[in-house]
Amino acid sequence: MTDNHRPDDPEHTPAASSVEEVYSVEKQIDLSQKSYSQGQLVRRRFFRHRGAMVSLFVLVFITVMAFTSIGYGLIPSWWDKTFYDAGAAVDGGRPTMQLWPFQIGEHPFGQDTIGKDYFALTMRGTQRSLIVAFTVGLLSTVIGTLIGAIAGFFRGWVEAILMRVTDLFIIIPLLVLAAVVGKMASGIWWLALMLSLLTWTGLARLVRGEVLSLREREFVTAAEAIGTGPWRIIFKHILPNTIGTIIVSATLAIAATILLESALSFLGYGVRAPDTSLGLLISTYQNAFLTRPWLFWWPGLMILGIALSVNFLGDGLRDAFDPRQNRTAD
Amino acid sequence: MTTTTQSGSGQPVYTGSGTPTGDEEVVLAFTEVDVRFKTEFGSVHAVKGVDLRVRPGEVVALVGESGSGKSVTSMTAMRLLPRNATIGGQVDVAGREVGRLSESNMRRLRGNDVAMVFQEPMTALNPVLTIGTQMVESMELHGVSRGAAAWKRAIELLGMVGIPEPERQMRKYPHELSGGQRQRVVIAIAISCDPKVIIADEPTTALDVTVQADILDLLRSLKDKLNTGILLITHNMGVVADMADRVAVMFKGEIVERGTVEEVLLHPNHEYTKMLLGSVPRMGHGRGQMDIRVKEEIDADAPLAIELKNLVIEYQRLGKAPFRAVDDVSFDVHQGEIVGLVGESGSGKSTIGRCALGLIPAAAGEFRLLGENITGMKRGDLKPLRKRIGVIFQDPAASLNPRLPIGECIAEPLVVHQVGDRKSREKRVYDLLDAVHLPREVYNRYPHEVSGGQRQRISVARALTLDPELLVADEPTSALDVSVQARVLKIFAELQEQFGFACLFISHDLAVIDLLAHKVVVLQNGKVVEAGPREQIMENPTQEYTQRLIAAAPVPDPLEQGRRRRDRHELLREQGEEVVELNVDADQFHQASREAEVVEVDGTDDQPRR
Repeated sequence: MTDNHRPDDPEHTPAASSVEEVYSVEKQIDLSQKSYSQGQLVRRRFFRHRGAMVSLFVLVFITVMAFTSIGYGLIPSWWDKTFYDAGAAVDGGRPTMQLWPFQIGEHPFGQDTIGKDYFALTMRGTQRSLIVAFTVGLLSTVIGTLIGAIAGFFRGWVEAILMRVTDLFIIIPLLVLAAVVGKMASGIWWLALMLSLLTWTGLARLVRGEVLSLREREFVTAAEAIGTGPWRIIFKHILPNTIGTIIVSATLAIAATILLESALSFLGYGVRAPDTSLGLLISTYQNAFLTRPWLFWWPGLMILGIALSVNFLGDGLRDAFDPRQNRTAD
Repeated sequence: MTTTTQSGSGQPVYTGSGTPTGDEEVVLAFTEVDVRFKTEFGSVHAVKGVDLRVRPGEVVALVGESGSGKSVTSMTAMRLLPRNATIGGQVDVAGREVGRLSESNMRRLRGNDVAMVFQEPMTALNPVLTIGTQMVESMELHGVSRGAAAWKRAIELLGMVGIPEPERQMRKYPHELSGGQRQRVVIAIAISCDPKVIIADEPTTALDVTVQADILDLLRSLKDKLNTGILLITHNMGVVADMADRVAVMFKGEIVERGTVEEVLLHPNHEYTKMLLGSVPRMGHGRGQMDIRVKEEIDADAPLAIELKNLVIEYQRLGKAPFRAVDDVSFDVHQGEIVGLVGESGSGKSTIGRCALGLIPAAAGEFRLLGENITGMKRGDLKPLRKRIGVIFQDPAASLNPRLPIGECIAEPLVVHQVGDRKSREKRVYDLLDAVHLPREVYNRYPHEVSGGQRQRISVARALTLDPELLVADEPTSALDVSVQARVLKIFAELQEQFGFACLFISHDLAVIDLLAHKVVVLQNGKVVEAGPREQIMENPTQEYTQRLIAAAPVPDPLEQGRRRRDRHELLREQGEEVVELNVDADQFHQASREAEVVEVDGTDDQPRR
């Protein structure tokens, strides 16, 4: 090792002159390099997650198909049949779709017992399920985050009251309560609202836990010492740091809601005829399982597809937000 | 043990620790060790071909700042690196090549031949198991001793490292012991299997300075009596001067200089070593080191920024009497004056700082801040006062919001107090970035993109945003590397001269206080031990505690440190305290360990690694 040894490091700019700069342990701030915000880093990691990308594709595909095929509101339809008109049975109502040689045929998903086009029905059901799931995902996340953050930050009696209310919601069996509420509520938006009011509890507890640990961090103390008010601290300093937990929990809530809605509709408390949903389709045709199995399989596959892809998306997001769960290079 | 030999030309060649001369016994040998980590952003070359030898009974210090690869190098000897590491070169422990051992032989090697002492004894010990269980476990796993015999041996070991009433301590949990006692337990576990070499990774960094001196005394007597080799990893030049026989200085994965401790610390050759030594503030050298200047003349009639009268601060505890963290403390800080608040952990120094920021209320007494009594003040009334106070915390990584760009972070006080508009705020931020010598381009970057010292400069800038009259700095440089600390301290002194704010400078580092403060307040267990002008406290301390505190701070000069150590031992004896050493007879110790060794460790096997 020679005395005038200089580290031949690529990090060193040849311009560095003084001893302090050459042998600084601090990285030189490379101004030519692009600056990544944490959000950008997360996005980068997310888009490299293969499972999440496939799931995103599947979910987008299902959503686009469900909303364009039979139309929704102003969105025009490209499928020529509706979910309420019955037609003549073709080939005993069996699905006409074939993979090899590929053909779609008259009724790709088959027909139900009275000759309604089952593709249109499934698409209608998927629409309903997606609407309920995403509305609930959004609303319950907002409610849960707010309640959790307020309880965690203010502590004291505010926390005591809010958390006891949360406990109250948790101890009531969700299915029973949802069933009662579902009976009273009519219409899909009501259903979504009611379900949101029941499913925020898990997130509220999660966020409260996060906030409890974040509020002891020094940057919060620093903000407080500067004179920052409580609401600004919550929204500007604490919540942005819990965004990972919140987003991940929201995706998982969406998956859970799809299943909950299906379960409710299956029991007859959710969406009711003449409207339809995936759960209702399964329940209506459960007796036909042996004779016309496709009536069970198509909505079942849709539920599976949506729930799985949303779950995988949540996994991908969690990995992206938490770089400490190191994935070794493949 | 000198390592300087004469080469043909008559020039001294520092062969140093890299080249063992002749057939000397070597207990730990690194040969061309090279470590790379695979990460998401490509490969990181952490260690670039390191050669190092440790002989029995000597302490080799591996010195470097963060990121130099010193800990990674030592981990290769234990084979404890994460899976994404690729290791090249050869590591031999007690004559066996670590890379070729099977997993089970490796497990036997750890503990039996090489043991480790970690930085943080609280995390190195399992919090849910008693001290006794953990000590016995390590001996049983290595077949040194079993059952009742192991329990007895553990008690002996605890006695050796100087833990009082070892039988009682055996049934305690780690949290029931003090930091220094915990580190002693870790050392007792390390020597329980009579290893040939101990790797001590920053063994005293988490400890108070008086405890640090005790632990260093213990380690020194350990290697003298048991003839154990010690690889000491540290960033603290004072610890090196106190402990090491030989030194290797690491920078960015390479050893840039090596030699005996006198060679390296007194006559450094390499520029990096010179710079490193030049950035360590030295005890007893007072002002003017490292070109740091402080305005000396303070207007004695200047208004008071802080005035404490019999201040008491208590922490409420559930179901118990409140804990009195600060007890009857009185002192004051004039405008434009830097007051150093010194003490060990638990002395209440940070608590006073937090009270000054209005974060915790005072239980009794009077806390006058900029002329207003803040005891019992309401949150809303506090806000205008907060505008006039700046704050710097210890850990720059924790005190900046990771989700806020640096520019917004510095501008935050302006936004909170609704000062100026967007334009003027931006200008203020740019001015402050200039003042702390950071490029203006960092405005839109995030804290994680810059390193520790740069982050701390951002904290300094944020503290000065509103041009405060008082700055509370809570251990502002404790988390920084020495060269970085020097830079931050210099900027701090410059700014203090420029802005003329009063400052409550909280620190455990007496050398830093000596460098900056006008007045020093020494705290112990929430009470003021001694207070007065810097010269008086630093040069002629009257209280025993202050004397012990000053004597325990190590200086990066082996000769002076040796003198200081003897003086300290003298002082301890005078004050009726004990000098720590390992209470053991070496022959008996080795004999006991040998007899107990039931499992025969076979030699190297040829199974390739993983």
